[in-house]
Amino acid sequence: MAKRALPEINAGSMADIAFLLLIFFLVTTTMDVDKGINRKLPPYDDQLLEDPPPIKKRNIFEVLVNSNDALLVEEEYLDISRLREEAKKFLNNNGDGSCDYCEGAYRDPKSSDNPDKAVISLQNDRGTSYAMYVKVQNELAAALNELRDELAVRKYGTEYDNLDVDQQKDIRKRYPQKISEAEPLNIGG
Amino acid sequence: MAHIKKKKSKELPPVSTASLPDIVFMLLFFFMVTTTMREVDLKVDLSKPVATEMQKLERKTLVTYMYVGPPKEKYQGKFGSEAKIQLNDSFAQLNDIQPWVVIEREKINEAEQSQMTVSIKADKKTKMGLIGDIKLELRKAQALKINYSANPAGSKELLYSTTNY
Repeated sequence: MAKRALPEINAGSMADIAFLLLIFFLVTTTMDVDKGINRKLPPYDDQLLEDPPPIKKRNIFEVLVNSNDALLVEEEYLDISRLREEAKKFLNNNGDGSCDYCEGAYRDPKSSDNPDKAVISLQNDRGTSYAMYVKVQNELAAALNELRDELAVRKYGTEYDNLDVDQQKDIRKRYPQKISEAEPLNIGG
Repeated sequence: MAHIKKKKSKELPPVSTASLPDIVFMLLFFFMVTTTMREVDLKVDLSKPVATEMQKLERKTLVTYMYVGPPKEKYQGKFGSEAKIQLNDSFAQLNDIQPWVVIEREKINEAEQSQMTVSIKADKKTKMGLIGDIKLELRKAQALKINYSANPAGSKELLYSTTNY
């Protein structure tokens, strides 16, 4: 008898095994990408600051959200869809003229001195919904991002996200994010 | 030549399935690479708010998750329908947050512990009172980097509508 060739391993069931594994991973997989709005909380301190650093009223952009999810911005009722625009106007006001990169500034003497001094103060009620809170945070972040993008395009010719680390740092320094959150009120329950 | 021709049958040859395992393996590897195992069993109903200005959470090892929302229907008999906090696999109270942060921080290697991020995945109907309390607890626990988890908004109307819940 001639030399018998080794019988080939039957690979027919390979597909079945692979299918089994595939189905397992298909079932256990969750494809949600985790995205969200990053924020930094202030460190906790038992004693409140005795003298909070004085900030001129015109440098504060007051945003209040009540328990019915309505907005009061700078003591006036405002629809959420206009918050972005108003925040941009405030941040980019350049009241004292020291901001040489603020294009299209309004130079309103009753509004902020320059982007570095401008502070957004956000206060919500305990009854405000989380959806509204995130929306407000989103609009304020959008206002700042738009200003940063505009400056990045003027200065470096491309959007903020495409810049390198140093350039981003430079832009961030010119338009710092200053959002101060007050303790929530408890009026509307 | 003539010899080979003889062997050919008149019927259509069956479709070869020899490459099927390769195709399936390719899919398998794709899912294996992209998969992130759900580590916890969600006990609260989550319908995240929408936003546009979001950053991606890089470095998954530095992120810990906290879920806030009304308990799922099967737990409502026991825990009620008011929004609750879920840490790991169980419902928790506000004063459980600080010890939980300490434990979670220990899991991260020492050099990077300061960069720990707490991702708050909260239901959009949650009242800010609870979220505010959570934030205060996180501040006390020195977990200052947080992330409000949200879904991307498809359109402007969706972002500004007041009746999206």
